[in-house]
Amino acid sequence: MITRKHLLGALLLSLAGAAAFAADAIGAVQKQPLNMTAIGMFFVFVISTMGITYWAASRTKSTADFYTAGGGITGFQNGLAIAGDYMSAATLLGLSAMTFSKGLDGFIYAIGFFVGWPVILFLMAERLRNLGKFTFADIASYRLDQGTIRTFAAFGSLTVVCFYLIVQMVGAGQLIKLLFGLDYATAVVVVGVLMVVYVTFGGMIATTWVQIIKACLMLFGGTVLLFLSLSQFGFSLETAAQKAVEVHKDGIKLMGTGTLMADPITAVSLSLGLVFGTAGLPHIMMRFFTVPNAKEARKSVFVASGCIGYFFMVVCALGLMAIVIVGTNPEFYEGGNIAGKMLGGGNMPVMHLAKAVGGNLFLGFMSAVAFATILAVVSGLALAGASSIAHDIYARVIRKGTASETEEMRVSKFATVALGVVAVLLGILFEKQNIAFLVGLTFGIAASANFPILILSMYWRGLTTRGALLGGLAGLVSAVTFVVLSKAVWVVVLGNKEAIFPYEQPALFSMPLAFFCTWLFSVTDSSARAKTDKAGFDDQYVRSQTGIGAASASSH
Amino acid sequence: MSADIYKKVRANPKFAELEGKRSRFALMLTAIVMVSYYGLMALVAFAPDALRTPIASGATLTIGVPIGAAIIIGSWLLTGWFVRRANGEFDSLNNEIIREASK
Repeated sequence: MITRKHLLGALLLSLAGAAAFAADAIGAVQKQPLNMTAIGMFFVFVISTMGITYWAASRTKSTADFYTAGGGITGFQNGLAIAGDYMSAATLLGLSAMTFSKGLDGFIYAIGFFVGWPVILFLMAERLRNLGKFTFADIASYRLDQGTIRTFAAFGSLTVVCFYLIVQMVGAGQLIKLLFGLDYATAVVVVGVLMVVYVTFGGMIATTWVQIIKACLMLFGGTVLLFLSLSQFGFSLETAAQKAVEVHKDGIKLMGTGTLMADPITAVSLSLGLVFGTAGLPHIMMRFFTVPNAKEARKSVFVASGCIGYFFMVVCALGLMAIVIVGTNPEFYEGGNIAGKMLGGGNMPVMHLAKAVGGNLFLGFMSAVAFATILAVVSGLALAGASSIAHDIYARVIRKGTASETEEMRVSKFATVALGVVAVLLGILFEKQNIAFLVGLTFGIAASANFPILILSMYWRGLTTRGALLGGLAGLVSAVTFVVLSKAVWVVVLGNKEAIFPYEQPALFSMPLAFFCTWLFSVTDSSARAKTDKAGFDDQYVRSQTGIGAASASSH
Repeated sequence: MSADIYKKVRANPKFAELEGKRSRFALMLTAIVMVSYYGLMALVAFAPDALRTPIASGATLTIGVPIGAAIIIGSWLLTGWFVRRANGEFDSLNNEIIREASK
C-alpha cells in the first residue's frame, strides 16, 4: 500500500514538526507559554483528518473522484462544505479584528462578503452545475475555443488561488506563532505540508469532509464564544456597545462608519470586488460540481449562506465585545501595555477573547478550530489550483484530451506539491500584511478576471473567443497592476515612497474595463471562429437551463 | 446528448415559459439584494452621518447595526424563497419539458 506508507511518512513529519515547535518555543526570545491543551486538540484534529484522508484515498480512483468527489455529495453536505470553505481564517480573525479596531466598519465589510451568495444562487448556481464538469474553465470554454479560453481561465484561476493562499498562509503563521511561540516561517511550512498531504491523497472527498467538520466546529465554537462573552454583559449587546465606546480610542465614532471607508471610491470598489469576486473564486465554483444536480446545487447555497450569514454576525459581535474584554486587559499586550502591540499581532483579538472568557481549554479549542479552518481552505484552494493545471492546462490544452486518467492524476499531484511550495514562499513574503485587507485584493482580481467571462459566457450570445480573451486579459492585467501599484504592495512590500494607484481596491476600475473590452472585441469580431462561438449558444443555453446533458454523478 | 433534443426543447413553448418565469424571478431577487446592499454602501460613502443615528434615544448602538443585520437575514430568506420555488414549481415544469423532449 503505497498510500499508507506515504501517510505514515506525513504523520511522522508533522510529529517531528511538533517536537521542533516545543524546542523552539522554549528557546525563543519572546516565547508564548506552551499550551498543552491547544496542542492536544490540534493533534486530535490532524490525526482524525489524516484518518479521513486515508479513507478518502481508497475512494479516490478516477479524476472525477479527485476533482469533484464523483458528484456524490448531497446539497446539505455541500452547503456545509461551502461554508467551511468560505468562512476562512481571514473572516474569523480578520473580520473580528476589523470590528475590534474599526467598529461598525468591520460589520459593513462583513456584509459585502455575504451578499455575493444570494446573487450566486439567483444568477449562477444552477447554470454552473449544469454546464461544468471539473473546473470553471469548463464553463468559460464551453462554446468558445478550447485552447485559448481554457488556458486563460486556468491562469485566471491560478492567480486568484495564489493570492488567496497568501491570505491563508499569513493567518496560519500568525496563529501558530501565538499558539506555540513558534517561528513564523516554520508554521507556514507545516501548513503547506499538511495541505499537500490532504489533497494529494484524499482529493475532493477528503477536502470536503475536512471542510464539513471544520464548518461544524467553527459554528459550534463561535456560538459558545458568543454565549460566554455576552454573559459578561448581561446578554445585552447594547451594554457591550456602551462599554466598548467608553474604552475604545475612537469613542462614539466606533458606532458609525467612515474611519475605514473615508474614501467613497475605495468603498464602492471594495464592495464590487467582494460581491462579484465571490462569484469568481475557482475553489468556490468547483464546489458546485460535487453535487449530483441543480436541485442540490441550489440547496447547498441556501445552507451555506445561512451558516455564513449567521457566522459573520457572530464574528462581528465578538469583535465588539473583545474591545472591552481583551482591549482593557494588559495580559494580552506585549509588556502589559494596552496602548502597545497586541500579543500575536493585530489579528488575534478573537483568540484572546476565547482565553479571557473560556480559559486555556477553550483557547485550545478555538485555536485548533482556526487551524483546521486554514487547512480546510488551503486544501480547497490547492485542489482548485491543481485541477486548473492538470485538467485544463495539461489534459485539455497540452494533451488535447489524449492524456490517460493515470497521467492526469499524476500531474495533478505534482501540481499540488508545486502549489504547496509557492504558497509557502508567498506566505513568508507577505508576512506583515493585514489579512482581511488582502482578501479584498484577491476578490478584486476574481471579480475582474474570472467573473466577466463566466457570466457573459452563460448569458450573452454575442460573446466570442477573441472578446473573452482580450476582455479577460484586460481585467486580469489591470487588476493585478492596480494592486501592485497600490499602497499595499508598492509601498509596504516593495518599499517605495508613494503609491502610484491612489485607491486601495481595483474592482471599480478593472471590472468595467474587463466588461467593456469583452464587449468591444466581441462585437467587432467577424471571424469564422466568432460564428461558431455564437452558434454554440443555443444548445448551451438549453443545457444550462434544463440540465439536459449535464455531467451526472458517477457511481462506484 | 444530441443537438436534436436541444432543438425539441427550444421548440416547446413550456421552455420559454420556464425560462421567462425563472429569469424574471431571479432578476427581481437579485435587484432587491443589490439595491439594499448598494443603498447601504451609498449611505456609507455619501451620508455616513445617517448611519450614526442611535437605534433609540440614549442608545449607543446605531441604526447601522440592525440595517446590516436585516440585509444579511433578509437576503438569506430570499435565497430560501428562490430555492423553494425553483426546486418545486420550476423543476416540475423543467421535468415536463425534459420528458416531452425525450419522447
